Amino acid sequence: MNAEIQNRFIRNRNSIFFIWTLTLFLITACSGSSTSSVVPEPDTNAQDKITNSNKDILTVYSGRSESLVGPIIDQFAISTGVDVAVKYGKTPQLAATILEEGAKSPADIFFAQDPGGLAAVENLLIPIAENTLNQVPEWARSTDAKWVGISGRARTVVYNPNNIDESDLPNDMWGFVEPQWNGRIGWAPANASFQTMVTGMRTLWGEDKTREWLNGIQRNEPTIYPKNTPQVAAVARGEIDVGFVNHYYLFRFLAEEGDDFPVRNYHPRAGGPGSVIMVAGAGILESSKNKTTAEKFLGFMLSEIAQQYFTAQTYEYPLIDGVKTSRILVPIDEINHPNMPLSSFADLEGTGKLLRETGILP
Amino acid sequence: MKSLIDSKSFASKTKQNGSMWVLWLPSMFVVIAMSLPLIWLFARSIDAGSDFWDLVLRPRTLSIMLRSISLVIAVTITSALIAVPMAWLTTRTDLPYRKLWGIIAPLPLVIPSYIGAFLVVIALGPKGLLQDGLDLVFGIEQIPSIYGFTGAWLTLSLLSYPYIFLPVRATLSRMDRSIEEASHNLGKGSWSTFKNITLPLLKPSITSGGILVALYTLTDFGAVSILHYETFTWAVYIQFESMIDRSMASIFSLILVLLAILILLPTTLYSNKGRLYRNDPGTPTLPPPIPLGKWRFIATLFCIIVILFSLVIPMSVLTYWLVRGFEFFPSLTNILTATWNTFSIAIIASIMALVSSIPIAILAVRYPNSWTKLLERWTYMGFALPGLVIALALVFFGSQFATPLYQTRTLLVFGYLILFIPGCLGSLQSSLEQINPRLEEAARSLGSGGLKVFLSITLPLLRPGIMSGLALVFLLTAKELPATLILAPIGFSTLATLIWSNASEAFFAQTAAYSLVLILLSSLPMIFLISKRT
Repeated sequence: MNAEIQNRFIRNRNSIFFIWTLTLFLITACSGSSTSSVVPEPDTNAQDKITNSNKDILTVYSGRSESLVGPIIDQFAISTGVDVAVKYGKTPQLAATILEEGAKSPADIFFAQDPGGLAAVENLLIPIAENTLNQVPEWARSTDAKWVGISGRARTVVYNPNNIDESDLPNDMWGFVEPQWNGRIGWAPANASFQTMVTGMRTLWGEDKTREWLNGIQRNEPTIYPKNTPQVAAVARGEIDVGFVNHYYLFRFLAEEGDDFPVRNYHPRAGGPGSVIMVAGAGILESSKNKTTAEKFLGFMLSEIAQQYFTAQTYEYPLIDGVKTSRILVPIDEINHPNMPLSSFADLEGTGKLLRETGILP
Repeated sequence: MKSLIDSKSFASKTKQNGSMWVLWLPSMFVVIAMSLPLIWLFARSIDAGSDFWDLVLRPRTLSIMLRSISLVIAVTITSALIAVPMAWLTTRTDLPYRKLWGIIAPLPLVIPSYIGAFLVVIALGPKGLLQDGLDLVFGIEQIPSIYGFTGAWLTLSLLSYPYIFLPVRATLSRMDRSIEEASHNLGKGSWSTFKNITLPLLKPSITSGGILVALYTLTDFGAVSILHYETFTWAVYIQFESMIDRSMASIFSLILVLLAILILLPTTLYSNKGRLYRNDPGTPTLPPPIPLGKWRFIATLFCIIVILFSLVIPMSVLTYWLVRGFEFFPSLTNILTATWNTFSIAIIASIMALVSSIPIAILAVRYPNSWTKLLERWTYMGFALPGLVIALALVFFGSQFATPLYQTRTLLVFGYLILFIPGCLGSLQSSLEQINPRLEEAARSLGSGGLKVFLSITLPLLRPGIMSGLALVFLLTAKELPATLILAPIGFSTLATLIWSNASEAFFAQTAAYSLVLILLSSLPMIFLISKRT
């Protein structure tokens, strides 16, 4: 027995050696990770850096993806010499992160997909300088100056031109409660932009009519999507005839799939909540230790270069005067859109309540 | 005489208890870590408005709960029905190319559920590839809808059967074959031997894998949201993502924990009677593979169908996207950085998970009592919560109480540990249960200390469990998304975060490129694992 164990031991020396190597690797890896982790975070370090080398550091939490805003943020870093660290994520998750971090948030800027995300952290934001705010039209900024719109997006209805003629689409969103649309609609009620539209609808139509609309659409058994992209793809496949989305998804599909991609945008001709203009925006956190640079960042995002970038590369609408909208987009003036200040999109809580009451969301 | 025996056993007991802290101390650290998200959830749910009972007690909540439970049951059973035969076929029979099947079979695990579900819609959805094909050949214009239960059930079963496959395969390759041989010699057929001898011996590994499948299904968000099947985790995410209502989200999460306890409870009550280890201390002799005979064709077909749907079709769609949009191929530096980040963090997380679960596994298997059982089950807490919840809890504790660690890889790995320790623990336990404790006792009686016995006897014998545990945590970490997005240091992107960011912007070619790299990377430990064993 003894010899046997001895043998086994010898035979398994290899495995023991293997385990040891692993442990060793682990220790080196851990020490490696802790040294390298010092670089981006602790504020004492950041402060040292500022005072020592006079180098600006800016931390941005971006709810807009790297593929969309990465290039223009790089541009900002290059032209100003500011060291920008960007944390990318989903807007609501970053909002929740900022809420958990509170006063200890390492972020200077919160760059959000939609006003809802900014509104959620409004108490942790500081007012933005007036000359920054004044660059965008009044409807594109928060009333208490806590955040500013950076780019504009329009709500739209996507349809498949092979299956449906634009003239057969109803004049406004109300038309989709008609029984002829049964089984042909797609929507993404959990999506922030959709909820922003419903908030606008409540302002325009009032609570009761909005509730009726929501119930009416539900009676038409819409296909539910988690977000906008799969809806556009579903319209192309013919899975649904119409989908309620934002305008720019189509152009990204067209860029990758070519002009044959069988989806087109329709901005309801009678206007109303189906063609509201919304924004992606940004705000400065109260906990920021570098508010001047943060202000500079917002200024840059509203500069001509950046606004040009947004309309050409992400197919959104510029918000400052003097920048031409990309030629492939329908100009904002040609969309019959209700002129509403963003404050009429603020009451997300009321919309959430309505969506819960109608059983659309849990 | 009697008192002499008593005092002797008392002496050995105290000796045992004296060294027990080596096991208990690290275990308690794990317990505390596992408790952090729960503490956070309780703290957050206190803020809920007084109307929360109305929201919780709506019939809608109950129906969502029932939907969750039925999905969990269906997926777990289906996964077991796929995994157990496959594990048996690839270890015991003369299945053609069985080594290769063994490497391929666990791979679907690396496909993130949101990618898997998206591909299922493309392939099997209305107007999808299958229907196009049927339309072309047979003129069939309508196929049953993939959305809802069917889609979620199929997708999750095909993606999560490896949770059972891996531990079962580890057990099978280590199992004492003398009993099976005895059964054969007594004239029992292969099926009867499998049913009466092999299957009972596999029970612990099927259970441990089954728990992982059940909890994975319970907490999956990617697949159920794309296939719009409304489960409880979906509801939790909606509270966070669409209402940014943290208190409601916490209350729903706590209910989710209760559901998880419901799943864990029966397996806790079930206690394993009888031993699972072999008596002779030598290496197991490898009997010749069981000839499948006329079943060979059916068995091969079974493997082909499973792999076709779980791996080949997804990979083909990804490759198609990649080829179609080749001009959008991401830069090599981006791919290499993300691959290295994914690889290194997954290696660290899996080794840390291993180190943390060894003491718990030993306590649970060698000193089974209600405390160690509770300890072991408690570690499943992390797996029972959506990644988003764990991440936000750690954002809170990290930013408030461990500022220097916040947004560092250390905290990220800590998050992975909370999430994935059960992945490692299950394999370790089933492996440990197969080791005859008398081997350890013999070494101890020869004067070896506890640590030496562990290092020279237990650890080497544990190797199959260690390897499959490491591999499982590696795969889980490599594809993890919500916690990685939130907890990763700034600028630290992994393949999973890049897949997400490209998929959410409908950049299919780049999504495909990163997904394929992720699948290739994750197959490395698999190849290592399988080739080492045979």
